[in-house]
Amino acid sequence: MTAAQPLPDPLAGPEGTAAALPEAPRREALYFALRNKKLLIGSAIVGSLLLLGILAPFFFQNGPNERIAPPGLEPSAQYWFGTTQFGQDIFVQFAHGVRSTFLVGVLGGGIGAVIGMTVGFVAGYKGGWIDEILNMITNVVLVLPTLAVLLIIAAYLESRGIVMQSLFIGLTTWPWAARAIRSQALSLSSRDYVDLARLSGFRTHKIILRDIAPNMSSYLFMTFILLFGGSVLAAAGLDFVGLGPTDGMSLGLMMHQAVKWGALQLGVWWWFVPPGLGITAIVGSLYIMNVGLDEVFNPKLREM
Amino acid sequence: MRKYFARKIFVYALTFFVAVTINWMIPRFMPGDPVQSRLARASLNNPEASQAMRDYYTSVFGFDLPIWQQYLNFWGALFKGDLGISVWLFPTPVTDVILRAVPFSLGLLLPAILLSWVVGNRFGAYAARSKWLDNTVLPVGYVLTATPYMWLALLLAWGLGIVAGWFPVAGAYSFALRPDFSWMFVSSLVQHWFLPFLSMFLVALGGWAIGMRNMIIYELESEYSNYLQALGAPRRLIRKYAFRNAMLPQITGLAVQLGTVVAGSLLTEIVFSYPGLGFLILQAIQNQDFFLLQGAFLFIVAGVLIANFIIDIVYVLVDPRTRIQLQGGVK
Amino acid sequence: MSLKVSDLRVYYRTLRGDVHALDGPTFTLADGEIMGLAGESGSGKSTLSKSLIRLDGRMRYVGGSVELDGTEVPIWDDAAMNRFRFKEISIIPQYSMSAMNPTRKIGVMIAELLESRGVRFKTVREELHRRLELVGLDTEVLKRYPIELSGGMKQRVVMVLSTILDPSLLIADEVTSALDVSTQRAVAEMLVEFRDRRFVKSMVVVTHDISLVYQIADSIMVMYAGRLAEKAPARTIIEAPRHPYTRMLISALPEVGVTYAEQRLTGIPGSPPGLLDPPKGCRFRARCPLASDECATEPPFVEVTPDHHVACWKAE
Repeated sequence: MTAAQPLPDPLAGPEGTAAALPEAPRREALYFALRNKKLLIGSAIVGSLLLLGILAPFFFQNGPNERIAPPGLEPSAQYWFGTTQFGQDIFVQFAHGVRSTFLVGVLGGGIGAVIGMTVGFVAGYKGGWIDEILNMITNVVLVLPTLAVLLIIAAYLESRGIVMQSLFIGLTTWPWAARAIRSQALSLSSRDYVDLARLSGFRTHKIILRDIAPNMSSYLFMTFILLFGGSVLAAAGLDFVGLGPTDGMSLGLMMHQAVKWGALQLGVWWWFVPPGLGITAIVGSLYIMNVGLDEVFNPKLREM
Repeated sequence: MRKYFARKIFVYALTFFVAVTINWMIPRFMPGDPVQSRLARASLNNPEASQAMRDYYTSVFGFDLPIWQQYLNFWGALFKGDLGISVWLFPTPVTDVILRAVPFSLGLLLPAILLSWVVGNRFGAYAARSKWLDNTVLPVGYVLTATPYMWLALLLAWGLGIVAGWFPVAGAYSFALRPDFSWMFVSSLVQHWFLPFLSMFLVALGGWAIGMRNMIIYELESEYSNYLQALGAPRRLIRKYAFRNAMLPQITGLAVQLGTVVAGSLLTEIVFSYPGLGFLILQAIQNQDFFLLQGAFLFIVAGVLIANFIIDIVYVLVDPRTRIQLQGGVK
Repeated sequence: MSLKVSDLRVYYRTLRGDVHALDGPTFTLADGEIMGLAGESGSGKSTLSKSLIRLDGRMRYVGGSVELDGTEVPIWDDAAMNRFRFKEISIIPQYSMSAMNPTRKIGVMIAELLESRGVRFKTVREELHRRLELVGLDTEVLKRYPIELSGGMKQRVVMVLSTILDPSLLIADEVTSALDVSTQRAVAEMLVEFRDRRFVKSMVVVTHDISLVYQIADSIMVMYAGRLAEKAPARTIIEAPRHPYTRMLISALPEVGVTYAEQRLTGIPGSPPGLLDPPKGCRFRARCPLASDECATEPPFVEVTPDHHVACWKAE
C-alpha cells in the first residue's frame, strides 16, 4: 500500500521545492509553520494520539486481551469504549493498538525511507549503469502488488511480531520514494557546489550526505511521513486478514476480531468504529500535516 | 516505439519471474518447515483428504529431486496452468477455484477504479478553482485516502446494511437464488454489489481528487498558461488546457495506485464476504490452504502486470509528446 | 505619443513589507519607437514590462498611470486589461520555448486562442501563413506539436503569434537570452522588420545585453533600483552617457557588438540597495564615485538635451 498519490510529483511540482530551501531562513519557515492551520491541527491530532499510545497503557493494570468485564457492554463512564464479546476493555485495546500503529509507522516507514533514499540517491547521483540496474529493481518492486506479497510472506511465518511485520512492509513500500528522490537528487547533483565537491575528490557517500541530502531535508521528511502512513495502512490490512501480530494488539487486529466474532451482525459498533477511526485520524492528520509542511517550505504555495 | 515496449515488457516479465520465484521459495526456505506443519494442521480439519493431500504434496514438491529440478518443475507445472489442488475445496484444482472468483473481483474492481478516477479528477479540477472548494475537497480527500478500505466497508455495511437495512451485507447474491439471467437474480446481484463497490469507490476517490488538484495547480502556473493569460485568453480555455494536460500524469498514477486499489478490494471483499479473490485469500489463510493462497497471489500479480501494460499503451496513445518521442520525430 | 507612463508604482507584497520594485518611472514612447530597456536583475525592468500587460499574483499596483494611444490602460484591473491584451499590448515572453501548450497542435492552439478572443481564425489564416513564411517557417509547423520544433522555430512561431493582431505595443522580454549568438542576431533583426512592416507600432525590448539592443533600438532606457536612470537615443547612451551608472555599464562592455554575460553588470563594485526600505535620495549614491551631499535629495528625471533624460545632479 503505497501512498504515492498525495505527494505531488517532485519532477512536475513547482520548480525547486528543495532548491528553494537553503536560502529560506529557518526563522521564516518557523514563522509560517506556527501560522499554518493544516500543520497545527494535524500535529495536534497526531501528537495527542501519540501521547495516548505511549502513556495510556501504563494506567491500566490489565492487558488488552484480558477478560475483565461483562461482555458486549456499550461505552460508559467505566469502560469508555465499551467491551468486546469476551469482556475485554476496548479502550485498553485501542490504546495498545495506537501504540503498535505508531511503532509500525516509524519502523516500516523508517526502513522504507532508508532503502528508498539510498537507492534514490545512489541512482540519481551515480547515473550510468548503476542507475539502470537500480531503476530496474525499483520498477520490479513497484509493480508488485505490495499487500499480495506481504500476505504470502506473512502466511508462512510461524510467529509474527510487529518488528518483523514492519521489516517486510519497509522492504516492499520504498520504490515510489526511491523514484521521487532519484529525480530530485538528479537535479541537485548537477548543481555547482556538488560539482565542486566532486572535483575536490570527496567520496560519493560523503557528497550525498553532506551536500545533497541536507538540501532536500524537508522533502525527505515529507517522504518519510507518506511512507509512515503507507506502512500503517499496509499493516492494518495484514492484521485485518488475520496475519497480524500473533501476540499483542493492533488496530487492524481489533477490526479482524470484531468481524470474526460477528460485531457487525450483533450491532456492536463500538468494537470496530474506534480502531478504524484511530487509523484514519493518525494517517489523515499526517497527510494534512504534510500539506502544511509543503506550504511552509515551498514559498510558492504560501498564502499571501 | 518498439524499443519502448520491449523495455516495458522486459520489466514486467522480470517482475513476473521474481514473483514466481518468491512464490516458489517461500514455502521451501522459510524456517521451521512451514509446509509440513501447515499440512499437519490442515489434516485435522479435513481428515479424509489428509492422506491424499500428503501424497500429492510429496509428489508436487518432489523433495528427492535436486533444487534446480524442483524449480524447473514448478515452472513447467505453471505453464500447464497447474497451480495445485485446493485443500479447502479438495480435490478442486486451484485454478478452477480462482477462475470462479475472478469475475466477482473484476466486477468490483474495474468500475470502482475507473469511476473513482473519472469522478476524482473532476472533483480535483473543481477544487483548484476556488479557495473555498479547495479547503473542503482537500481535507476530505486526505481523510478518504487515509481511511483503511475495510473500515469504510464496515461503516457502510453497518450503517446502510444492518441499521438502515437498505442493502444486503454478505455474499454476491441471495443464497436463495441460483445463478441465471432472471430479473430477480440480476437485481440481487446488483444489490449485493453496490456497497462493496461504493466503499472502494469512495476510498479511491480521495487520492485522485488530491492528485488532480495538485497537478492542475501546477499546470495553471506553467509557462503556457502564463502566456495565454498574458494574451488575455479567457479562464475557460486556460482551464481546459490545464485539465487535459493534468490528466496525463493521472493516467500514470493509475498504474502506480493499482496495487493499492487491488489490495483494497481484497479487504473490502472480506468485509462483505464477497466471493472474489480477497475472500478466497481469507479462506485460504483460515484453512491453511497454501496452494490456493499462492495461486491467488500469482493471479493478482499477473493481473496487475497486464493492467500496467494496458495503461502504458493508453498513455502512449493519448500523450503526443511520448508518441512523437517514441517515433523519433523530435528535432 | 504611443505610450505614456507616468509615475507608475508597482510593489511586491512580501512578509516583511512592500518591495518597491517599480518606484515611479515617467517616460514616453513615440510611434514606431523601439526602446531597449536595460538594467541589472532587480532594477525593475521586468516589473515594468510585466506591469504593462499583466501583474502577477504578488504584484500590487500602488499608483501612477499608463496611457496607450490616448486611452487610459487600467493595469490594476485584471479583467478590464483583457480588452487590451493581445490586441493592443502583446508580449513575446522570455520563455518562448515553452510558451505553447505541449499537447496541442500549434495550429489548433492558435485557432482556439484567437476564437476565444473573438477573432475568427479564418480571417487571419492567410496573414498567419504569410508571416510564418516571412520569418522563414513552413506553414506545415501549424500541424506539428511544439516538441517537434527546434527552440529557434518555437521562438519564431511565438513572435508571429504574439503580433498577429497588430498590437500597438509589443513587449519583448529577454527574447534573445536563450539563443545562440547568430540566432540572437536574426531574432533582433526580425523585431525591426516587424516594426518596419507596421505589425507593431512601438516596442519595448527588455534586455540585459545593451550591445545587442543597441543594434536595433532607437532609444535605450536604463533603470536602476526601481527608478529610471537615463533615457536617450541609442547612440547617445553608448557614446555620451550622462548618468554615472550608465557610464559604468557602458565601460564594462568590452566592445560594442560583443555579447557579455549578465555578471558583467553586477561587476560594478557594490550592490543595489534593498528595495524593502529604499534609501532616501539617489539610489545609486552608495556605489557612485561622484556622490556628494546633494545626492541625499532625489534627483528628478529631467531632459538635459532634447530626447536625453537623466536622473542625476551631476549630469549637466
